[in-house]
Amino acid sequence: MDFSFTEEQTLLRNSVQSLLADKYDFDTRRKIVKSAEGWSPAMWKQFADLGLLAAPFSEEMGGLGGGSIETMILMEEFGRHLVVEPFVETVVLAGGFLREGGSKAQQDAHIPGIIDGSTVWTFAYAEPQGRYNLADLVTTAKKDGAGYVINGYKAVVLGAPWAQKLVVTARTSGGQRDRDGVSVFIVDKSAPGVSTRDYPTVDGRRASEITFENVKVGADALIGAEGKGLPLVEKVTDQAIAALSAEAVGCMGELNKATVEYCKTRKQFGVPIGKFQVLQHRMVDMFMAYEQSVSMTYMVNLKLGENDAERVKAAAGAKVQIGKAGRFVGQQSVQLHGGMGMTDELNVGHYFKRLTMIDTQFGNVDHQLKRYSQAA
Amino acid sequence: MDMSFSPEDLAFRDEVRSFIADNYPKDLKSRRTRGEMTKEDILRWHRILYKKGWVVPHWPVQYGGTGWTITQRYIWNEENARAETQPLLPFGLSMVGPVIFSYGNEEQKKRFLPGILSGDDWWCQGYSEPGAGSDLASLKTRAVREGDHYIVNGHKIWTTLAQYADWMFCLVRTDPAAKAQEGISFLLIDMKTPGITVRPIITMDGAHEVNEVFLEDVKVPVENRIGEENKGWTYAKFLLGNERSGIAGVSRSKKAIERLKTIATAELLDGSPLIKTDEFSRKIAEVEIDLTALEVTELRTLAAESRGKGPGPEASILKIKGTEIQQRITELTVEAVGNYGMVQVPTGEMAGNDFVPGPEYGQGAAQNYFNMRKTSIYGGSNEIQHNIIAKMVLGL
Repeated sequence: MDFSFTEEQTLLRNSVQSLLADKYDFDTRRKIVKSAEGWSPAMWKQFADLGLLAAPFSEEMGGLGGGSIETMILMEEFGRHLVVEPFVETVVLAGGFLREGGSKAQQDAHIPGIIDGSTVWTFAYAEPQGRYNLADLVTTAKKDGAGYVINGYKAVVLGAPWAQKLVVTARTSGGQRDRDGVSVFIVDKSAPGVSTRDYPTVDGRRASEITFENVKVGADALIGAEGKGLPLVEKVTDQAIAALSAEAVGCMGELNKATVEYCKTRKQFGVPIGKFQVLQHRMVDMFMAYEQSVSMTYMVNLKLGENDAERVKAAAGAKVQIGKAGRFVGQQSVQLHGGMGMTDELNVGHYFKRLTMIDTQFGNVDHQLKRYSQAA
Repeated sequence: MDMSFSPEDLAFRDEVRSFIADNYPKDLKSRRTRGEMTKEDILRWHRILYKKGWVVPHWPVQYGGTGWTITQRYIWNEENARAETQPLLPFGLSMVGPVIFSYGNEEQKKRFLPGILSGDDWWCQGYSEPGAGSDLASLKTRAVREGDHYIVNGHKIWTTLAQYADWMFCLVRTDPAAKAQEGISFLLIDMKTPGITVRPIITMDGAHEVNEVFLEDVKVPVENRIGEENKGWTYAKFLLGNERSGIAGVSRSKKAIERLKTIATAELLDGSPLIKTDEFSRKIAEVEIDLTALEVTELRTLAAESRGKGPGPEASILKIKGTEIQQRITELTVEAVGNYGMVQVPTGEMAGNDFVPGPEYGQGAAQNYFNMRKTSIYGGSNEIQHNIIAKMVLGL
């Protein structure tokens, strides 16, 4: 039993910490979010130069040979700084599909562009009718010679305005919600028939609605076996859940720190408000929610390699924990900061908004509770 | 004890229902947030009700009230919520108006009540300061008497819609030597007076609803003081009591639950309506039961009021439970909407210009949830309301 980090892992944390402390303070982040692009390609380049985008790939694939713990470390620090750049979308999701399900040829073709920062990816899976059910697909891919023709619509695709490449789920057979018949494809966002409409999300990011109209892809676009994509999708999205858990831990850690500090300095009735027992107990509850979230985040990141049932329980359990804790810590941080907590100027509200968004991504508390109880 | 409506009440309900149906501006129906409305839009329903003589049902008849019974006022609120009319701004009608007719002199009543009733004067509330939030009585804005005027210097914050205001009712310190609650006076300040600067505060949902107001050597005639010098805390507390009782928002929450049910019926989970799932239908039921309890609690409070008992510290129950319920409904609405709840709907000048995906009912769900976090902070934070009940009701 050992929960300590290796020397390399500590070095990785130190290097991302110092980069973000130098280059990603809250004012810089605000400028990035308000810019026309909505993200910083220059920052992305620095992530690549520092090897952050290579961290979870094996050395054979050109990576640094890390795994989920390295991703967890990065994501926690990204959470602390509310980084908007598409690490989860590109490295964890697209990288995960290529790593877990891609052919050697696909890995050779695409992973180098992820690692060197030249290609941004995202994962287009949600559909308006499907809620959080990854198999609920109306988008279809029909066999067309050696390749496929894709038709359909994907909703709230995060990071899509910045991406050149998409990983897309589509139904190649079966009924609308069947587990069988789901396939995973690589699609160029610039391919004929792909159209996007972009918009901002409440957490300061960007997303797109994407329409696929007779989009032709080759046989080499299919990741894994035709119609057998759902287990792969579940595995990779659980990896994303593990990463988002770490991001949420970073957000909550910063909120708790800021709230305790504020309550020590803000005076009302002649004393710091942190002297009031009712607020002390509230902050203790926030602290415990944070610690429980750290534990679940470690747990899920250590169990991603286990069998499907164990992995699903770990991921769903972690998502439930961070969903509930994130809501509680977010709401109470705003409450204890009073009016200041409501402002756009203070970072508190921005962490709260991000935590709210994380709860929705890949299924909220109710969805994951159900998933957990079905796997248990 | 009797909770049912009499035939007269039912006739009254039909009358006001058809009045609202016939007179509420149709084009305001689609606009649900103030961020999407101009100043004149916000005032339109107010002006219509003023013409009808129904703008202040809660005021004494001699000042423009309708003389309705408690039940009729309840029905009136219900019908407005049912039709989703724009709530009237409380600053003049529910806050400073009652202070003026209760504590102001004849001259002040003549001068200020007509503008409040007609909507020609837009009022804002100069209470909170950067250092005086929950501990309101520690306010530092200073007013020094110089002949017929006070010279006011200070800094107010969280001033709702001050960007449109013609007047501000303002708590100022007139005796710095006195104990906190003593030495405060209640002034009415013309916002056009030189020395007043209004600076916007943008909240996390992107809206410009609140402001900072800076007062620098602002000259206020002594005749604009309500009541006695240094007795302003009495009037301020009277006003806060009224604010608390109005804050429950029961009828509006009922409507919000109805809307939530519509959303949960349209949203699908594995092909069937979300509202059909045990988890979600129980959550709706829970908040609905909480609201039912609050509704009857409010009616009990109103009934006591009609027997001459003013809104006492029990009004804090209405504030705490009312805001908790409002917040819970917005939280459940975000859950119901799912992925599309995360879309940022442009506010202010940007409103209406940009692409907003997803079903219309879901638009702005998360922003509304974020915005409503303010309700447990403003009007005396819910922690302060707990203190009031502990001290004044339980005697702890």
